[in-house]
Amino acid sequence: MRILNRQPDPVTRVLLPVLPFVLAVAAYAIASSARLAVNPDDKLLPGATSLLDALQRFAFSPDRRTGDYLMLDDTIASLERLLSGLAISTVIAGVVGIAVGMIPYLRTLMASILAAISLIPPLAILPIIFIAVGLGEAAKITLIVVGTAPFLLRDLAMRVQELPSEEMIKAQTLGATTWQIALRIVVPQMLPRLIDSVRLSLGSAWLFLISAEAIAAENGLGYRIFLVRRYFAMDVILPYVAWITFLAFLLDYLLRAAQRAAFPWFAMGRGR
Amino acid sequence: MTTITVQNVWKEYGERVVLESLNIEILPHAFVALVGPSGCGKTTFLRMLMSMERPTRGKILVDGEPLPPEPTAERGVVFQRYSVFPHLTVLGNVVLGQEFSGSRITGRLFGTAKRRAVDAARDIIKAVGLGEAEKKYPAQLSGGMQQRLALAQALIKRPKILLLDEPFGALDPGIRGDIHELMLKLWLETEMTVVMVTHDLPEAFRLGTRVIAFERTPRATIEPHRFGAVITHDIEVWPPKPTPSAAARNWIAHPSDRDVPMAPSIGRDAPAFVSTETVAS
Repeated sequence: MRILNRQPDPVTRVLLPVLPFVLAVAAYAIASSARLAVNPDDKLLPGATSLLDALQRFAFSPDRRTGDYLMLDDTIASLERLLSGLAISTVIAGVVGIAVGMIPYLRTLMASILAAISLIPPLAILPIIFIAVGLGEAAKITLIVVGTAPFLLRDLAMRVQELPSEEMIKAQTLGATTWQIALRIVVPQMLPRLIDSVRLSLGSAWLFLISAEAIAAENGLGYRIFLVRRYFAMDVILPYVAWITFLAFLLDYLLRAAQRAAFPWFAMGRGR
Repeated sequence: MTTITVQNVWKEYGERVVLESLNIEILPHAFVALVGPSGCGKTTFLRMLMSMERPTRGKILVDGEPLPPEPTAERGVVFQRYSVFPHLTVLGNVVLGQEFSGSRITGRLFGTAKRRAVDAARDIIKAVGLGEAEKKYPAQLSGGMQQRLALAQALIKRPKILLLDEPFGALDPGIRGDIHELMLKLWLETEMTVVMVTHDLPEAFRLGTRVIAFERTPRATIEPHRFGAVITHDIEVWPPKPTPSAAARNWIAHPSDRDVPMAPSIGRDAPAFVSTETVAS
């Protein structure tokens, strides 16, 4: 039988996705124990005990100096920045993107300038942000907004234009004003699409968050891993990276779940 | 009771003439079916009646007044696709028209106003045979049911003119027969003037009181694009439409379950068969 016609059976379907993870962990364990056998003080690939020990110190015991749980504090600080940044981006994109997508005059006015703005590398203007708004929380949130808003905005404006023109005509034949069409036809149909775009933006939002924290911060997940890098503390960095990955996955999952729960018609329309 | 007058209308896209010197007087409560081969400009003509396009030359008058430059609630419309809003339930789609006129700021009705709108919407939803489906989203409806919904949604605004752009073109033949009965009943019960574009000649003669054919006749060997489509046939359908039979009314009260999910229609552009029983002129 051709390989493209072969389907995994139900048991394989469950086990096969796990396999790459098991292999990755096994490869790490083998490499780690090989290095530790040569040099017990090796810091590059710490073993399970030192990883768990670091996790114990950072996540489950209070910091000796401040009495805080560092990993919890870092997580709260980072998520606050990430979510405020994304929230501001989403609101800007929602309002401006829908207006630009709907109104030809606004589109003509804004299309070129928005294209130009979206081409500015956000990290290149990080110095400007630091100079303009200081090194505090505002700078990190601003970087996330600058990094994610242009994409969200342009994407949403395009999605608005993708709505069938028949719907716009139909709404007008039902007597709707521009405002009513925005409120009852366009916004409700754009919300689930906006969730999709935010999901796609999560990756770059994390990128900008960690960059900003690496450069100027007193706490946060990105701050911590760049801090302990000075001591080659791979035993701290690896659990942090795993935790950041899990948080990113969790946010993505929650957004998808919210989309399904709030907009059942959207999934139906896509034939799922 | 609405008259549509088309006076010497031309439509050109750049150099290309699509329609030329159209003169049509559509009488009150007429049901005009526009037929013709693909690309003959019949949909362009309908789009001009919708104010989606403007004539390059000439005038379109409704009851003696020039057509407004944008779509209005006086002219209801049903397209072949995308006529209903996917994010609203059947009930939500039909109530929408009343919510637009009842609330300028929020576009939503509440309390007794909402209840009254919902009651009115339910009546018409029942009339088109969707009574059981009012909580469903369009994606859960078959193609035939979606077009019934589109009709209900348009008719609740009591438009003076109803414009239909191949509304039943994507439906299976069996369902098409059922929805034709419904269309005739709705047209007879109202005073609206209907203009329908269709590929299907039997449909045109079954529903229409008048069938107008657009065609691009070969008149010149040089610069053929400078010659647009003209009216080649203008047929009064005889005998005049009867009132709906008792059987039809009965059917509307008890819709059949023959509707199946929308299937792409095959060979829509094939020459349609003209039934000699329906053409008597």
